[in-house]
Amino acid sequence: MATRAVIPSISIDFILFAADHWLTRFTTEEVAVSVQVLSRSATRDAPAAANRVGGRAARFLPGRGWLRLISLLALVGLWQLLSMTGVLPTARLGSPVTMAHTAYTLVTTDSPTYGTLQASLLVSAERWGIGLSIGVAIAVALAVASGLSRIGEYTFDPVLNACRSVPLLGLLPLFIVWFGIGNMPKILIVVLGALFPMYVNTFAGIRGVDPKLGELGQVLGLSRWELVRHIVLPGSLPSALTGLRLSVVGSLLALVVGEQINANAGIGFMITTAQEFLANNIIVVCLIVYAILGLLADGAVRVVERRALAWRRDFAQ
Amino acid sequence: MATGLRAVSKTASTTAAGTAIATDQIAASVRDLTKRFGDRMVLDRLSLDIKAGEFVAMIGRSGSGKSTLLRALAGLDREVSGSITVAEPVAVAFQEPRLVPWKRVLDNVTLGLRASDPTRVATDALDEVGLTERISAWPLTLSGGEAQRVSLARALVRSPSLLLLDEPFSALDALTTISMHRLVLQLWERHRPAVLLVTHDVDEALALADRVLVLGEGQIAYSAAVDVPRPRDRNHPTLNALRLRLLSELGVRLDDTDELI
Repeated sequence: MATRAVIPSISIDFILFAADHWLTRFTTEEVAVSVQVLSRSATRDAPAAANRVGGRAARFLPGRGWLRLISLLALVGLWQLLSMTGVLPTARLGSPVTMAHTAYTLVTTDSPTYGTLQASLLVSAERWGIGLSIGVAIAVALAVASGLSRIGEYTFDPVLNACRSVPLLGLLPLFIVWFGIGNMPKILIVVLGALFPMYVNTFAGIRGVDPKLGELGQVLGLSRWELVRHIVLPGSLPSALTGLRLSVVGSLLALVVGEQINANAGIGFMITTAQEFLANNIIVVCLIVYAILGLLADGAVRVVERRALAWRRDFAQ
Repeated sequence: MATGLRAVSKTASTTAAGTAIATDQIAASVRDLTKRFGDRMVLDRLSLDIKAGEFVAMIGRSGSGKSTLLRALAGLDREVSGSITVAEPVAVAFQEPRLVPWKRVLDNVTLGLRASDPTRVATDALDEVGLTERISAWPLTLSGGEAQRVSLARALVRSPSLLLLDEPFSALDALTTISMHRLVLQLWERHRPAVLLVTHDVDEALALADRVLVLGEGQIAYSAAVDVPRPRDRNHPTLNALRLRLLSELGVRLDDTDELI
């Protein structure tokens, strides 16, 4: 009896640890190193994608291609195995098959408690899309203003850096007091989640453009606008796109937290409702939906990167 | 302290008399050019004239102010005193080719070009430097020599009156350098800009220039005309004598140069 009780708790700790470790790898290593890895991984993928039927799909996978998918599938397989053998108590965490069934039910039945999964997804995606777009647009405008002029820098940069150090998610209660429980505070928190990483990286990108190319522009007689258009903005693009990827992650995190408080629709609402009913499986399905959203958006940015930074890809060939 | 007084005036393409031959025109005129970094005088009341169409090479030890002079002529350094008059347009080819990595070769050449048909002009220039087939390549895929040729083409399309070359061959291997020397001479003979070539390589200066200047103590320490027809044999007696003289002007003791002779 004693041993049986101990094993599950250890294994859960282990799995949580492993999952946490995997998530950390995804967010830090994957995103931060992306620019350096980009050229290398792209070389490997580009010819393969051209030669292979189904290459189009391969291009949307993260850099290490199918190998990454294999490790993911192995993890799901292990999870299924642990569930079936009882090491992982199904009362705490259902098996992948149960999850798939739960997801199917959520999609096909319009339950009075939860609504349908796709309706919730639409609500969340809308909040995220609007917030991310606004946040990125503001960030780019501010970064260009402070990147290109001292006045802009002195006006915006100190303010943004001060605001950046305020714990974003701690603002949520205040936003609810100010803006009520509608979509407004949720979108606003997503805006802020997207704004700061995008601003910081775009600003650094603009300031990091090789001053020798600035001199070149001067020698070639470029006007100020031509210098910005041909040298400064394209030169800041690699850094700005890294910022965009971090913005995608940051705004998704803001969305998850933002819509779990005082929400009456969306994925976050499903999670809080499921928590009241102790419906663990629904919570997990919702988390997986968030993860898929994040992966899709990240993949989209990668595609943009490969097109916009083609001059680097060819360098590696 | 160092107040910027830089008089850049455009010399008219036709003189008042309209009969002056090209060699009478001045492509660059520098008077009392002074530049200091802190206490150190890098350029000390330097004066220099470059005639239109003349190929001048300037040699000097590291830190002798060669590049400072070139940057001042290019208008990149305005923290100088003295006066500079240059015939515009001025074009520069830098030590590193400074191609814009996110623009294809052709777009690098047309960048900032105010011509009625920039693409055609640029295509012709790239053809001249032998890069027709690399016209749509990304700069980072080019070899060092190719990149430097793009840089030359980019300078050339501006039909410069004064072409400033800042050690453009110093990063290239010996074989590439030889073919680049030929190319530069060809282009110079065809387009006849005045050229100021800054280099630390005495042989390069002797192979290319009409006149070799040695920069020392912030001034023109020595100046010699190279009166040998091109293409020049490296072992031409006049060049050998001049080489020894230039090396001694540069402060290389003669017994150090045995292997060079």
